[in-house]
Amino acid sequence: MSHQEQLLPHGHILRYAFHERLIHWVAGFSYLYLLVTGLAFWSPWLFWLAVILGGAPVSRMLHPWIGLIFVGGVLQMYNMWASQMHMTAVDKAWWGSMRYYITNQDEKMPPAGRYNAGQKFLFWGFFLCAILLLLSGVVLWFPEYIPWSLRWLRYAAVLTHASAALLTIGLFLIHVYMGVFAERGAFGSVIRGDVSEEFARRYHPGWYKEIVESSTPRK
Amino acid sequence: MSQETLRIQKISAHAGTVPGEDTQRQYTVCKLIDTTTCIGCKACEVACMEWNDLPFGETIFGNTYQTMPETRWNYWNLILFNEHEREDGTLMWLMRKNQCMHCAEPGCLAACPSDGAIIQYTNGIVDFQQDKCIGCGYCITGCPFNIPKFNPQTKRVFKCTLCTDRVSEGLEPACIKSCPTGCLHFGSKDDMKELAETRAKQLREHSNFPHAGVYDPPGVGGTGVIYVLHDATQPEIYGGLPKDPHIPWSVRLWKGPLKWLGNAAMIGGLIGLFVHYLRFGPKAREEEDLVPHEGKQP
Repeated sequence: MSHQEQLLPHGHILRYAFHERLIHWVAGFSYLYLLVTGLAFWSPWLFWLAVILGGAPVSRMLHPWIGLIFVGGVLQMYNMWASQMHMTAVDKAWWGSMRYYITNQDEKMPPAGRYNAGQKFLFWGFFLCAILLLLSGVVLWFPEYIPWSLRWLRYAAVLTHASAALLTIGLFLIHVYMGVFAERGAFGSVIRGDVSEEFARRYHPGWYKEIVESSTPRK
Repeated sequence: MSQETLRIQKISAHAGTVPGEDTQRQYTVCKLIDTTTCIGCKACEVACMEWNDLPFGETIFGNTYQTMPETRWNYWNLILFNEHEREDGTLMWLMRKNQCMHCAEPGCLAACPSDGAIIQYTNGIVDFQQDKCIGCGYCITGCPFNIPKFNPQTKRVFKCTLCTDRVSEGLEPACIKSCPTGCLHFGSKDDMKELAETRAKQLREHSNFPHAGVYDPPGVGGTGVIYVLHDATQPEIYGGLPKDPHIPWSVRLWKGPLKWLGNAAMIGGLIGLFVHYLRFGPKAREEEDLVPHEGKQP
């Protein structure tokens, strides 16, 4: 998609194309299912979550399959976005100014591109955790086929799966908080696809500049 | 299967206290297996299948006296055979009846995520409740003895019940009843421990087995199945009986510190984000972001 096409009428800019939004929600909804059923297996106090989702044996059966869908979504995101997720000098400066970002002094932040350093961290964090969850998840899917001599695989898998899942929960909480509560307009961008010019200028000045400079001004 | 007459002292993945805990005391039951008088006749294997109504599966002949390589979901009791060469060059045929050890601190129960799928009765028997099992196989990971086995058809895990149904009626387990040499005994843990120590002493003092001893591993809190071994310093030669079994450290880490750390981090994270929102709020008010540029009020 050209930058020209990203400029929408009424001062809007297209931030996420349809296929990007679709993949995001494939991963998003599958993650929610995995989160809820995973928490049910994590703690006796949350076991009821599996019961309301059709019973724990159903959750046990579906969790790995939904996990495959989630990993598929993450891999597709990797194909779409990995090239845009390299850390740049601006990102390093952005990371260093994190205290201003946290305290809502966004005017003091170095100009982020389409993704700021935090979003890139989220991307790589989720990508790495998804790989770990997949590898350990396959072992947990079929524990009965692991021979006794390779039982260390099961031992490694239970620890890895829980640890990686906890890391994604940390990333997930911050992701939802930023997208829904902190940066108003971000949630709309992953539903409708567009953001206001104000939004683009405030949070992604580098990206905004790139689009405006390589497009002919709107009539 | 569950027997209402037996009291329960531990429940897997149970939120809250155990109902009826400590209202009744019972003897801890124990099975004593004297490997020195076992002849490997496999009467106990047959009795186990008979009593528990298990179908006979295919055996695997591996040129030894062993019926198959390891226990199965429908074969809970297996004599393990090993031809052991001693230091003086003589041979010993070692027979060990292998089944669930009914640990005082069961790794299967610690690992299980399903409420009530694994329970421990006040008499020490560890029993799987297949109607509450979800088929995750975490018990397979938690067990230091390679005992729980998965049935791929029903997606449930099975193992020796110590004949809970017989014991609750005052009978000994089926394997004990069938033993022709008297190498199997059943009774209270204290009585069995005493009998085992007496036999081990006899072996040390009168039968030229200076290392004879009793296998009741403290790493899992002691077991409801104890062995008399000719050489208690090398339990591994008896079909891989672990020398110092524990619940795997990764399972303990996962169900212990990681759980509390994870719970604290998740709850702390939620509270932290909420407080952050109270203090700083959204980065910009909604109308500044969402109202189109042209429509903005001066």
